Amino acid sequence: MATIRIPPVLRAQTGGLTEVEAAGSSVGEVLRALTAEHPATEEQLFGPDGELNRYVNVYLNDEDVRVLQGLETAVSAGDTVIIMPAMAGGR
Amino acid sequence: MAPTQMKQRVEEIEPFEAAQEIEGGDVVLVDTREPHEYQEAHLENGKLVPPGLLADEIAEAAPDRSARTILYCRSGNRSFTAAEQLQALGYTDVASMAGGILAWQEQGLPVVAASGMSAEQRDRYSRHTLLPEVGVDGQLKMLNAKVLLVGAGGLGAPTALYLAAAGIGTLGLVDDDVVDASNLQRQVIHNTERIGRPKTESARKTIEALNPDVDVVEHRARLDASNIVELLSDYDVIVDGADNFPTRYLLNDASVRLRKPVVSASILSFDGQISTFVPYEGPCYRCLYPTPPPAELAPSCSANGVLGVMAGTMGLLQANEVLKLVLGIGEPLIGRLLLFEALSTRFTELKVRRDPNCPICGESAPEIADEDLGKFPDYDAFCAG
Repeated sequence: MATIRIPPVLRAQTGGLTEVEAAGSSVGEVLRALTAEHPATEEQLFGPDGELNRYVNVYLNDEDVRVLQGLETAVSAGDTVIIMPAMAGGR
Repeated sequence: MAPTQMKQRVEEIEPFEAAQEIEGGDVVLVDTREPHEYQEAHLENGKLVPPGLLADEIAEAAPDRSARTILYCRSGNRSFTAAEQLQALGYTDVASMAGGILAWQEQGLPVVAASGMSAEQRDRYSRHTLLPEVGVDGQLKMLNAKVLLVGAGGLGAPTALYLAAAGIGTLGLVDDDVVDASNLQRQVIHNTERIGRPKTESARKTIEALNPDVDVVEHRARLDASNIVELLSDYDVIVDGADNFPTRYLLNDASVRLRKPVVSASILSFDGQISTFVPYEGPCYRCLYPTPPPAELAPSCSANGVLGVMAGTMGLLQANEVLKLVLGIGEPLIGRLLLFEALSTRFTELKVRRDPNCPICGESAPEIADEDLGKFPDYDAFCAG
């Protein structure tokens, strides 16, 4: 099981949960486990082509999966997957 | 004791003679002025013993009564009197420097001075200058630095307050908004009396009361492609506390073009993030976030809550980054995105890489025309801000 950290803007879609445990051997599988459990997150994470939306950054532990193998990046038990969309609030 | 000894005339020496003796060594040099005069400028190795404390402190400064002891003051009067007192105390080889430090300096002889800083400033910034990493040189860098704060709101308020206190010499404030009662839960630079006043004016008043050294430049405007390049050009470091994506991308594109470092933070509810973008040394904002999120995922577009202390926490992390950049010390958050979650009190650091295909700072990025700064092909993705 990996831990997914949910950003503030997605918490309405996870019933307020800030972290979700999800099974899977790759980043894609782990995120698909999240969307299966919380379907409202799907369209915000994935485009119609099944790829991650460009405006959503996903990190495996401290590394951006774009510089790893993207959704194919292998996930081990105990890893943390962080979803991090851009935030603009400054006021 | 023979009375004639008591009345021995004090020897007076000229500054150049004193300089020769000091050069030769084996001289105890005593500064008989007040502490504030000493701080302004003194002779190297001069030991401060104010006139009123002579009897109490001379034994510590000059323990050997037979050693050659040269006294100086501002113009030679106080040191003459002090020399008489020392002779009465049994010092046998005392001289007073004629004309004092004024004559010394007139002859072009060197002094230890916190050059460029007034006595008031040396006092105000003493807790900075005591730090070896800062010192007088570092404080002078701060006093000469020009920092632009984009937004005088949640993030800008604490950042501006602490940068002003630190003695950043020029603070530019960009904001076209007025103070609202709902701002005051976190925007600590404003106050209740200023509700309805422009934020830049309110911030300027607070800063001026805090530190008269700071020159506040009000830019009561909203950044756009037509004014940003000229505005940024005057500043050394930019602080991004903007509340909307168009401004953030615009600021990024212009700062990369001008090679200005940007300290960028954002806050939402109980969460904050911060990074420092130094063009071509590390990634830029577009390397981190290639495209802005759609309106439903960009909650700055609608009314959302934020814990007041989040603004303070992230704002002060921004101020910390600015000071490091100005001083050239430590490790700024270049290539690192720092997340702070207030509810769990958890800091998380993520790596940010330069994107070789970045349309702004990538290897083959084209030069962008002024009117295209901050633009996207899918411009509709932006909300109104």
